[in-house]
Amino acid sequence: MEHVVIIGNGVAGVTAARHIRKESDKRITIISSESKYFFSRTALMYVYMGHMPFEDIQPYESHFWKKNRIDLVEDYVDEVDFDSKTLHLLQTPPIHYDQLILATGSKPNKFGWKGQDYQGVQGLYSKKDLDLMERNTRGIKEAVLVGGGLIGVEMAEMLLSRNINVTFLILEKTFWGNVLPKSDGDFVTQHLKRHHGLTLLFEEELDEIIPDDSKRVKEIKTKSGKIIPCQFVGLCAGVSPNVDFLKNTELEIERGILVNTDLSTNQKDVYAIGDCAQFRTPIGKRAPIEQVWYTGRMMGETVAQTIVGNKMNYKPSHWFNSAKFFDLEFQTYGWVWSKRKENESSFVWQDSKEEILLHFVFDENSKLFKGVNSFGLRLRHELFDKWLTEKATIQHVLKNLKIANFDPEFFKSFEKRIVEAFNQEFNETVALAPTKWWRKLLLDKV
Amino acid sequence: MGTTTNYSIAGDKTQDLNITQKLGLTLASISLFILLLTWFTGLTLTPSWFYLSILLLGFSAGPVIYAVGTYKGLPAGIKNNGVYFNSLTNRGALGWIGAIILTLFYVCLYWYGDWFGDGTGAKGANEGTVALFDPLSQMIRGKSADKWFLYGTFYTVAIVFLGTKFLFKYRKNRYHFIRTVVVMFSQLGLAYILPFVLEGLNATSGGYYSLNPVNSWPLNSDFLTGYRIDARIAPESQPMGVAYMVWGIILFLIITPFVTYLVGKRWYCSWFCGCGGLAETAGDNFRHLSDKSLKAWKIERWLVHSVMVFVMLMTIAVMYSYFAKSEFKLMMYFPAWVGYSLLFGFLGLAVLLFLFLYFKGKGKSRNFMLVGAVIGMVMILSMLFSYLGNDSQAFGINSNTIKKGYGFFIGAIFSGIVGVGFYPLLGNRVWCRFGCPMAGYMGIIQRFKSRFRITTNGGQCISCGNCSTYCEQGIDVRAYAQKGQNIVRAACVGCGVCTSVCPRGVLKLENGPEEGRVNDNPIIIGHDEHPTLRR
Repeated sequence: MEHVVIIGNGVAGVTAARHIRKESDKRITIISSESKYFFSRTALMYVYMGHMPFEDIQPYESHFWKKNRIDLVEDYVDEVDFDSKTLHLLQTPPIHYDQLILATGSKPNKFGWKGQDYQGVQGLYSKKDLDLMERNTRGIKEAVLVGGGLIGVEMAEMLLSRNINVTFLILEKTFWGNVLPKSDGDFVTQHLKRHHGLTLLFEEELDEIIPDDSKRVKEIKTKSGKIIPCQFVGLCAGVSPNVDFLKNTELEIERGILVNTDLSTNQKDVYAIGDCAQFRTPIGKRAPIEQVWYTGRMMGETVAQTIVGNKMNYKPSHWFNSAKFFDLEFQTYGWVWSKRKENESSFVWQDSKEEILLHFVFDENSKLFKGVNSFGLRLRHELFDKWLTEKATIQHVLKNLKIANFDPEFFKSFEKRIVEAFNQEFNETVALAPTKWWRKLLLDKV
Repeated sequence: MGTTTNYSIAGDKTQDLNITQKLGLTLASISLFILLLTWFTGLTLTPSWFYLSILLLGFSAGPVIYAVGTYKGLPAGIKNNGVYFNSLTNRGALGWIGAIILTLFYVCLYWYGDWFGDGTGAKGANEGTVALFDPLSQMIRGKSADKWFLYGTFYTVAIVFLGTKFLFKYRKNRYHFIRTVVVMFSQLGLAYILPFVLEGLNATSGGYYSLNPVNSWPLNSDFLTGYRIDARIAPESQPMGVAYMVWGIILFLIITPFVTYLVGKRWYCSWFCGCGGLAETAGDNFRHLSDKSLKAWKIERWLVHSVMVFVMLMTIAVMYSYFAKSEFKLMMYFPAWVGYSLLFGFLGLAVLLFLFLYFKGKGKSRNFMLVGAVIGMVMILSMLFSYLGNDSQAFGINSNTIKKGYGFFIGAIFSGIVGVGFYPLLGNRVWCRFGCPMAGYMGIIQRFKSRFRITTNGGQCISCGNCSTYCEQGIDVRAYAQKGQNIVRAACVGCGVCTSVCPRGVLKLENGPEEGRVNDNPIIIGHDEHPTLRR
């Protein structure tokens, strides 16, 4: 029986294992040094905040693995011998593989800051990081976060939940400036400012971390010379592929493990998926390294097909993503660039009272809908995916905005005002397609 | 490795109390003191209206003030910080103490009413705790209080004021706002004030029957027992008696299936029901304690449907014995053969309904509908056997004995002690999930013939599990959401909290076409080219 070995039990590796099992009887082993059972990485914050116990962020009960004949090995892979197809582990005897899937994930970026290895300085990616953060933040009062992205916001929310004041150093002029357009970044900033204990410093960079006598962080100095006292520094300037143990092998690595469109590497029967994979040729407008939950899952689905004999290329559909900035939900469908591309027009609508902002992007001439950022309003993935495939116009999207709304029942509806604002700004005459609640209750076929 | 890190040591910081919270707790503690003092010593405090005011003020304003202290100044959003660090909500010492006191309260209520001073004084006057409620009872219904009046008042205060706390916690969420206002109104207006006012107007002078119009059979398992039927049709109970009789039949026979078809069982369980109302308001802080394991789901399905079948069997047996008597009051309106026909007709209807759901339903579990039909047919045959044999008992069982057994084991121990007393240990919906026959009845309709479902928003799920953790009915919502599958489960009471706690906007309670509602092989949108997802 062929032996498929997967290194890493994050969403990419576990999805691959599940889909291989659905289609085949191969022996499957997952090796992880992080935790015995798969857990949702994105939910680590909820454990720290006391919303959920750690067991609850594990999507499958422990009997799932036995039932699906997926062997779990809790160990660290020290060395991979690609010629003899053998893995050398720290504690367990060597394991032979017929096919190897590398799903090793990421590690927090450390850009060589002075003092980055002192006690109380850390990133947040793994279960170990969470445990470390628990120890590092016990009884402290002030923290500094470096880098204004999603993990930074998560860490800020976590720390505030424990009454720890946070100073957030953000490199860009606006929040998450390399991803969000200025209007959207400013909107998120407004929301963040509503939370007591959070200080945002834009265009500030970490210069040096200063320790006390016991080599624990005492304060930091910024590039502009500001001294900020703190007992914890969170490094949230992105993540990079966790591939150090594979360096200096025959495996071709740049920033991540270089893969072809079918996720194969330059080694026979070795594949790389998820955060650690870097595409030789980027797919569409996507980045060569995609560090997102959903793309990890999709790569796992794809590689499983190849492993069971239906050779398949990674072909994700339209881009989508979501996040939550404290209490502000964010969803995006299609492409909304931080800097508008040529021939792109954008329509931004913001409510005057509620915290809601929608940012539509469309082609200036053809009016083709390109993408949307939505804050504080939930949108239906299915419809936006369909509209992007069908190359719908912005008028068509706005006309049907009401059925695309995914907010809970009885929530206030903003579509009428959005369409009116659009008509006024672009001199259009879009009429909102009405939906009646009683039709929905009794008749509608969607 | 492993999970040995204790996340709660530093987490305790979230439990620092502010001055407003302290004020709320002080008021509630004074009330608790008065309750325990009168309960344990039997002391009759006078003037009773004064102490009753303090008691009710503390239990009503206390939690609301505490909630204001907890949530004020914070932007609207999900407020679950520290839930698993708090002794009360994480099965800690406070949770245990709370559960024990609540349980003892129920034990005394059911079997030791004397301890509350219920009619223990001279000439049946009240003493102790119940005596405190005399002025309120006199005002509302023109007679002295009893232990059930005390219980009803506490129950209503809990729903209305902890409901207010709930509204504040989930403010800006209009689904929760409307639902909670309705459940508060339903308890205060329909279940508390209306029955007591009618009682004050001698509506039940001919005997007793439930005056709560939202208490539907089979939850109100006594609805069709002989003495309640007699009480309703007694000439001195008119016109209310017959009105309640007709309303009760329409409620379980027409309104319940039809509305459940349209919107799911939530219209009852989390909008109108008293048990559900208490769970949603007073029990909200314990919703995450429900068991999400596959094993618990199996137990749930066996238990809740067994209780349901049992109540139906019991009701029919009781009615059969009623018609078998040589004389009964309903005879004035129709003779025994009409009664028997109704029983056979009702059972036949149930069998037809099960068969209909079997052929119309989707998914593996529809096979259980066949089991239901078979049980129904066995009951018809068995009853026919008794009828032809001129037996005064159906199914060869003494209907009075099983009714008493049901009252003791299901009514008192299950719904009261385990159902509410164990809130801090097993979660707030134990009764609704494992025991309620009404929930079982509506659950079957919701699962097989309804327009209600929880829709999953394409591929946006990140498997975080907040939805499963905060599902009071122990549904592993995430298991469906991460597959892009609609959640169509008999147990769902439609509280809507899963959609609120979801950080990625994945879940939405919806009514819609039945076509495509149960999607066992869903497509995860965003990766449509993938063959296993297309099939």
